[in-house]
Amino acid sequence: MIPVGFDYARPDSVDAALALIAEHGEDATILAGGHSLLPVMKLRLAAPELVIDIGRLTELNYIRVDGDDVAIGAGSRHREVEVSEVLATEVPLLPAVARTVGDPQVRHRGTIGGSLAHADPASDLPAAVLALNGMVVLRSPRGERSVPITQFYTGVFSTVKEPDELIVEIRVPRAGAQLSQGWAFEKFTRRANDWAIVGVAVVDGRVGLVNMGSTPLRASATEAALADGASIEDAAALADQATDPPADTAATPQYRRHLAKVLTRRALQTASGG
Amino acid sequence: MSILGTRVVRTEDPVFLTRGATYTDDLTDERLTGALHLTLVRSPLAHARITAIDVEAARQAPGVVAVYTGADLGLDPVVLFPGANKGMKRPWLATEKVRFVGEPVAAVLTEELYQGPDAAELVEIDYDPLPAVIDLRAAATDEVLLFEDVGTNTAAGHGVDDEPAADLFDGCEVVVGHEIVNQRLAAAPLETRAAAAVWGSDGRVTVFCSNQNAQGARDEIARWLGLDRDRVHVILPDVGGGFGAKIGADPEFALVAHLAKLSDRPVRWSESRSENMTGMLQGRAQRQTITIGGGRDGRVKAYRLDILADAGAYPRLGAFLPQFTRMMAPGTYDIERLDTRARVVVTNTTSIGAYRGAGRPEATAAIERAMDLFAAEIGMDPAEVRKCNVIAPDKFPFTSKGGVEYDSGEYAKAIDKALEAAGYAQLRAEQAARRERGDAKLLGLGVSSYVEITGGGAYAENASVEVHPDGTVTVLTGTSPHGQGHATAWAMLASEHLGVPIEKITVRHGDTDLIPRGSGTMGSRSLQTGGVAVYQAAGELVELAKQRAAELLEANVDDLEVDKERAAIVVRGAPGAKSVTFAQLAEQERLQVDTVWDGQKPSFPFGAHVAVVEVDRETGKVTVERLVAVDDAGPVLNPLLFDGQRHGGIAQGISQALLEEVVYDSEGQPLTATFADYGFPSAAELPSFDLVDMQTPTPINPLGYKGVGEAGTIGSTPAVQSAVVDALAHLGVRHIDMPTTPLRVWEAIQTAAKGAE
Ligand SMILES: Cc1cc2nc3c(=O)[nH]c(=O)nc-3n(C[C@H](O)[C@H](O)[C@H](O)COP(=O)(O)OP(=O)(O)OC[C@H]3O[C@@H](n4cnc5c(N)ncnc54)[C@H](O)[C@@H]3O)c2cc1C
Repeated sequence: MIPVGFDYARPDSVDAALALIAEHGEDATILAGGHSLLPVMKLRLAAPELVIDIGRLTELNYIRVDGDDVAIGAGSRHREVEVSEVLATEVPLLPAVARTVGDPQVRHRGTIGGSLAHADPASDLPAAVLALNGMVVLRSPRGERSVPITQFYTGVFSTVKEPDELIVEIRVPRAGAQLSQGWAFEKFTRRANDWAIVGVAVVDGRVGLVNMGSTPLRASATEAALADGASIEDAAALADQATDPPADTAATPQYRRHLAKVLTRRALQTASGG
Repeated sequence: MSILGTRVVRTEDPVFLTRGATYTDDLTDERLTGALHLTLVRSPLAHARITAIDVEAARQAPGVVAVYTGADLGLDPVVLFPGANKGMKRPWLATEKVRFVGEPVAAVLTEELYQGPDAAELVEIDYDPLPAVIDLRAAATDEVLLFEDVGTNTAAGHGVDDEPAADLFDGCEVVVGHEIVNQRLAAAPLETRAAAAVWGSDGRVTVFCSNQNAQGARDEIARWLGLDRDRVHVILPDVGGGFGAKIGADPEFALVAHLAKLSDRPVRWSESRSENMTGMLQGRAQRQTITIGGGRDGRVKAYRLDILADAGAYPRLGAFLPQFTRMMAPGTYDIERLDTRARVVVTNTTSIGAYRGAGRPEATAAIERAMDLFAAEIGMDPAEVRKCNVIAPDKFPFTSKGGVEYDSGEYAKAIDKALEAAGYAQLRAEQAARRERGDAKLLGLGVSSYVEITGGGAYAENASVEVHPDGTVTVLTGTSPHGQGHATAWAMLASEHLGVPIEKITVRHGDTDLIPRGSGTMGSRSLQTGGVAVYQAAGELVELAKQRAAELLEANVDDLEVDKERAAIVVRGAPGAKSVTFAQLAEQERLQVDTVWDGQKPSFPFGAHVAVVEVDRETGKVTVERLVAVDDAGPVLNPLLFDGQRHGGIAQGISQALLEEVVYDSEGQPLTATFADYGFPSAAELPSFDLVDMQTPTPINPLGYKGVGEAGTIGSTPAVQSAVVDALAHLGVRHIDMPTTPLRVWEAIQTAAKGAE
């Protein structure tokens, strides 16, 4: 449980961080909350030569209304998302999801940027941002670009982010009081602090799935059925379509499919106020 | 007023809560100055032949002082547990073959702790994989052998050569059976294993280690290394939990001592959590076949228990524990005919040892499942079936068909108390109503009746009590607390005789030079042996003090008594007469008593638990709503400590029923070797427990005390498992193996639904 030796840098601005990443390339790794990175380093599954700590960059630490979106700095801790008043009124799904991540220690360290970057299909926030049709804002010395989250994930632990890019912001559309079809999050775990066996985030008739494939997924068949006026029961029964759920000690793929349907139905019912 | 039976707050806690404990890895003892750090290179494969080991690159790594393979040690493989097949020896570092993931193959000594893992990565080992033996039934076929020269995988047999009674179930109207699994569990104490060793110029080695029994650890280290036991001094710093997995030495401890000798430097070692999850002894791991027969009137006539138990790769105490299971097989029931046997086999897995309950939870789980199956078959309420079969109170002492003498018991009363506290009848009505309404959340009720054996290993224990001239008292004990609160409890027992306030009483333990004899803390033995010994020693000290005081006070010994207010000897009924304090007596001449208390027998605490669970019919998720526990361990010395033991035990018991299981894949790779994967519980998974009082003293010691350390795991596990099955009983479900995970519960519901179609 002792990582391979590494160098450590704590740049004092995003630009300085970007310069360091550009200089060291693949040998460097970003450290945000460390709650995904450090466990793999301790198990020696990752052995970066340089760790660039962005955890204290206040530049990346904000949650504010920006036009039709809420802009969330990538360095915002899960806890900050959980208790954000802006989000509570504008995007209430996100605080509800953040509240279910791990335990208080994890929530006080882990960041939304780290969670999205890590690209673990069992993570909760990526599926929520996916259901929200959010945008991931990436910056590199070459400039800034925004990628819709629907195009961000390419596989387990992999995204379209280039090695020299940093996630600087996550943007989610404001809805506030205008939420037409409500929102809900259903997370099925064995223990209170566990990762999801399956999770379902619902907002405005869109459905994001946790741990149902190699990336966070949308239950597109369910969404289409809802749009066509199907009942919640009928639409939810399609929630496992086009998914490829994993097998592990907690669940078989078949069981995950079943859970996805049950949880989707429950989330849709809650979202519709039922 | 007596201090016994009162809720004295733990004297240990202020230090633990402020400065923190000093565990083995925290030691700054000057004898360990300049100690080298040991890193073990462990096998990534479950079963393989070692074809080459190259340590040259590792030797060149920064900070490396030495790298050892098995060939460099000059030690022969050793029989770790003499009660099992003596051919199944464990090498100190594997040379020819590895037999489980995590087996040590090379040892790296470095100047700095952080240099170890880097150097260890440079040790190159070539393996030639062999088929792994994981499944117990596969192991029993001997098709693939772990020890080729031994010729069998059977490590021990208990009653396996006895002819099974062919007529066991004769005359039974109903006979039912099932194959059930009592799954493998990880003890997972918060403090992982650690040891440090240093040799003195006198040719003695001092070993600091995390353990439940200093004297046992000393004897094992000496035997394994071929040393006279006087040459081994074991010291236990604070110990952060053991749960049975820290009984006696581990081979790593002896290896640390041996490497300190070879390198002529102190050596220290502390394992990581990942190492602990494959290296430390695990528990349970039995496959049981239960068969029960009796009449439709509810009377059980015959019970058979066939056990196939896992020893892991190298037999340890786990090779013996199924014998405890056989002993306690009939539980609280008066069953005419009993037939049990146990075969213990080696597999390519971590070794099995004791885990809270150690053999008894396995017995209770089996008989309680059998009772439920029987009840379901004859259509009788499971609580009723139990009550109609328990041993009547007028039959004690009762020699059970398991071959042991139960000292005392009121089993039906315990069941009634638990049912009443739970509101059983109303709960049954509520259950029926929910089923009727087709509620999404089903209600399940589980009842367990249990008797267990405490102090079943060593019946005697040592104690010494000394009053010092300054009025303080030192108690030495052969028990070995690691969370139980002996410093508080033993002080209470001494204070009861001496009147000295507990703040002035220091309890010392876990140092084999200071306390050469003792049997440690395990098997819920401490209070009924070590505690009673302290009580006896303090009583003897009073007698000694009276003799000395008689002369001083010019009084007859028989006229003297203790004035507890002043911790003094006074003349009875003569207020204002001369008196002398214990401290004054100690000033004149050392005032100290050494004693041994020998109860000569174990005791048999008992109780009944009722679990109430909710099962989400759609997802299979189980929530424990209530756990009512009647645990009768005789009079209670300190309700705070007593209930604390029950809380911990019940938590672990519920966790076995619902969450925990060590899982290997078919190649012997552990799939649950981190806390993310292993189903360790937290408070959030548990309800508040309803603890009900019941106290039936045992006649085997003057205070009537029995043990309670493991009761929680014994009573709660079957109650919860039973409740889960009960919730689904109307669907035709009769059994679900533990842990009753959402997946398993859901699958059971699916299977039942298919069966009903
Ligand atoms: C015990 C435990 C329980 C957990 N339970 C849950 C759970 O229930 N649900 C859940 O969703 N998560 C869970 N997590 C994961 C947790 O949410 C992590 O905090 C999160 O996944 C990663 O965020 P981080 O800030 O810690 O990232 P880090 O660990 O610091 O980094 C993770 C990866 O992302 C990269 N990275 C980080 N920030 C950026 C950035 N701004 N731009 C580009 N790359 C970046 C890093 O280089 C690294 O590769 C748990 C973690 C632990 C330890």
